[in-house]
Amino acid sequence: MTSPAPAAPGLKPFAAMLRREFAGYFRTPLAYVFLAVFNAFAVSLAFFVGGLYESGVASLDRFFLYHPWLWAFLAPAAGARLWAEERRQGTLELLLTWPITVWQAALGKFLAAWLFLACALLMTLPVAFTVGWLGDPDWGVIVSGYAGSLLCAGACLGVAAVASALTRSQVIAFVTGFLACFLLVLVGYGVFDELLAGLFGPAGIDEIRRLGLWRNLEPFTLGLLDVRPTAYFLSVAFAGLGLSTIIIERR
Amino acid sequence: MPLIEAQHLSKSFGALRAVHDVSFSVDRGEVVGFLGPNGAGKSTTMKMLTGHLRADAGAALIAGLDVAEEAVRAKQHLGYSPEGAPAYGEMTVREFLRFAADLRGLADPAASVRRTLALCRLEEVAAQGIDTLSKGYRMRVGFAQAVLHDPEVLILDEPTDGLDPNQKHEVRRILKEMAATKAVIVSTHILEEVGELCTRVIVIAKGEVRCDESREKFLARGADLNAVFRQLTA
Repeated sequence: MTSPAPAAPGLKPFAAMLRREFAGYFRTPLAYVFLAVFNAFAVSLAFFVGGLYESGVASLDRFFLYHPWLWAFLAPAAGARLWAEERRQGTLELLLTWPITVWQAALGKFLAAWLFLACALLMTLPVAFTVGWLGDPDWGVIVSGYAGSLLCAGACLGVAAVASALTRSQVIAFVTGFLACFLLVLVGYGVFDELLAGLFGPAGIDEIRRLGLWRNLEPFTLGLLDVRPTAYFLSVAFAGLGLSTIIIERR
Repeated sequence: MPLIEAQHLSKSFGALRAVHDVSFSVDRGEVVGFLGPNGAGKSTTMKMLTGHLRADAGAALIAGLDVAEEAVRAKQHLGYSPEGAPAYGEMTVREFLRFAADLRGLADPAASVRRTLALCRLEEVAAQGIDTLSKGYRMRVGFAQAVLHDPEVLILDEPTDGLDPNQKHEVRRILKEMAATKAVIVSTHILEEVGELCTRVIVIAKGEVRCDESREKFLARGADLNAVFRQLTA
């Protein structure tokens, strides 16, 4: 046995990471529970709470209305394992002594989780087809709604990644991630307005409301592909990814 | 050029001085027994050598590459099994090794996995989940991922911990087979391992190197190795 000269690794470590993490969701029953719960809630909230059918309008805005709530709950559920599980199993020590940068590993993990959330979202397509069968919806608006929801999922996942990097317990990662996302949902509904008015004045409140998830998702559900909400979701997602990476690097 | 070099490594955790000014180097063909009581700084030193912990002061070089500055290139020359041989428990042995091979970007990952499964006698459990394996097998899986890419540098933190005598013998046999072409550091607190396996001994206590000498010199210190050990680490 002789030592072969190590080849330039290129994208191979990243691709291996992405594959393992994505497949990892389906190694446990968690993935199927997750997909079932997501779909059950997405559909029943739209029909039974949102009155999608009774509204008599061939559009999915009643469906997307609840997506910030769904992602606030389920993105931390899917993202809790990202780093917490590596710490608990002790595999973080292996991973960090393998020839991969923390950035590559973090990005691979993050994109795998986002891809998994995208699968959950794609499984709700029958709702769109139902609306298409019952009426004559604007398909451009529906596609834009789905794009917005996926971006919103990424933002929640960014928050979840930070929560997961801070602890070795998936339960703690989930609870803290959920609370942080929950705050982002509530801010958009003006729940803290009175509290914040004292701090930032009436003009500041509107700015703060813009930080809410629904505020940024709403334009997408109306078919408006705006730069600002897109930038908002992507900033939260990548800030979370970056912060979690730094936390792991400095562990 | 030595394959492993520790240059004045120091590391503190808060007020605890875990490792203080530790220097040594290991050449190809050497198997260094890294001895010391629990909490002496063995694992911390190994973690700095493997790039898992950043040293407060000093440098660690693997195959001449600084593990902090040229991390990815240095780590390609390194096989490391941390204490307790952690692995992704939900994967099968074969999946886990295949993942490690892919992540390392090996030219023929399937062949590397096959060869390693045979070398570590893991073929019969290759399709089993790592979580379902006995401790002996799990330790071997940890060892297998460390030698998968046939690295020049092998750093093993208590690779025989918790193994029965037959399994210990097996790990030592594989190590001896490979030792000629590699630089190896094996931490242990089993003194008998020194005579059987190592070419050189480094004793560390309270974060400092207490002795660094050939096996012959170390064994000549006295018939009762336990007494020698106690005296060196006092």
